[in-house]
Amino acid sequence: MTEETRKIAFICSKGNLDMAYPALIMGWAALGNGIDVTIFFTFWGMDMINKHRVDHLQIPPVANSSMKMNLMGVPGYVGIPQIMGVLPGMTPFATHLMNNKMKELGVPPVREYLEMLCDAGAHMYACKMSVDMMGLSMDDFVPGVEAIVTAADFMDMTEGAQIIFI
Amino acid sequence: MATKTICGKTVQVNEEGFMTNPAEWDKDIAVELAIEEGIVELTPQHWKVIDFCRNNAPNGKAPTLRQITSGSGLSTKELFGLFPKGPAKKVARIAGLGKPEGCV
Repeated sequence: MTEETRKIAFICSKGNLDMAYPALIMGWAALGNGIDVTIFFTFWGMDMINKHRVDHLQIPPVANSSMKMNLMGVPGYVGIPQIMGVLPGMTPFATHLMNNKMKELGVPPVREYLEMLCDAGAHMYACKMSVDMMGLSMDDFVPGVEAIVTAADFMDMTEGAQIIFI
Repeated sequence: MATKTICGKTVQVNEEGFMTNPAEWDKDIAVELAIEEGIVELTPQHWKVIDFCRNNAPNGKAPTLRQITSGSGLSTKELFGLFPKGPAKKVARIAGLGKPEGCV
């Protein structure tokens, strides 16, 4: 085969639980199909690789108009009143429901997913500016994060790659 | 449906080169398909993966990578080492099965 290996780069900028999964799922699919994968974590996405935060990602029901009560077994598409979403305990409750759904489907938690991606050869980098802004260092990250890089470094290392911003 | 001749046997394949009838598969075919995928020799470790897939293939679809690692006892690293550059497709093709239907 003479064709060049396809390359995909993901930019993870969100720290909510639901927004952590897209890059993990697509990255894993890419690796399984022989595509090179690079993941760049920036801004709130830093929570995904922060070892103190990765097991505590949450999904808040507030301002999420797609989250319906059928997640809790209520039939149809009954919404969650926004006023209820702000009650103490609602975010942990919604998070608990989502984590359970993921477990039922055999989808691993974020920390384990990152390990799988790393073992499968994905390259993971932290954003320099976010690191500076949040006062983080390499010691705060889960294993597998290779380096702290600048935006320009990211541009160099993703030459020829398809880039997906999440 | 296209056909292909492997090791003197004619088997049915789809447009991506995956066998469509698992019953037509045998170990000689696997060896030949592995060579096509760039794996010159199938070691006992490779066979462990292939046998696991053959035994866990409802509707002729290969299990997902995570099902393979959790079911066969091999690590993700080992699996990607045995079938480099795209184990999901490679394992399915060598085992004479369809691509896995799950995402993980």
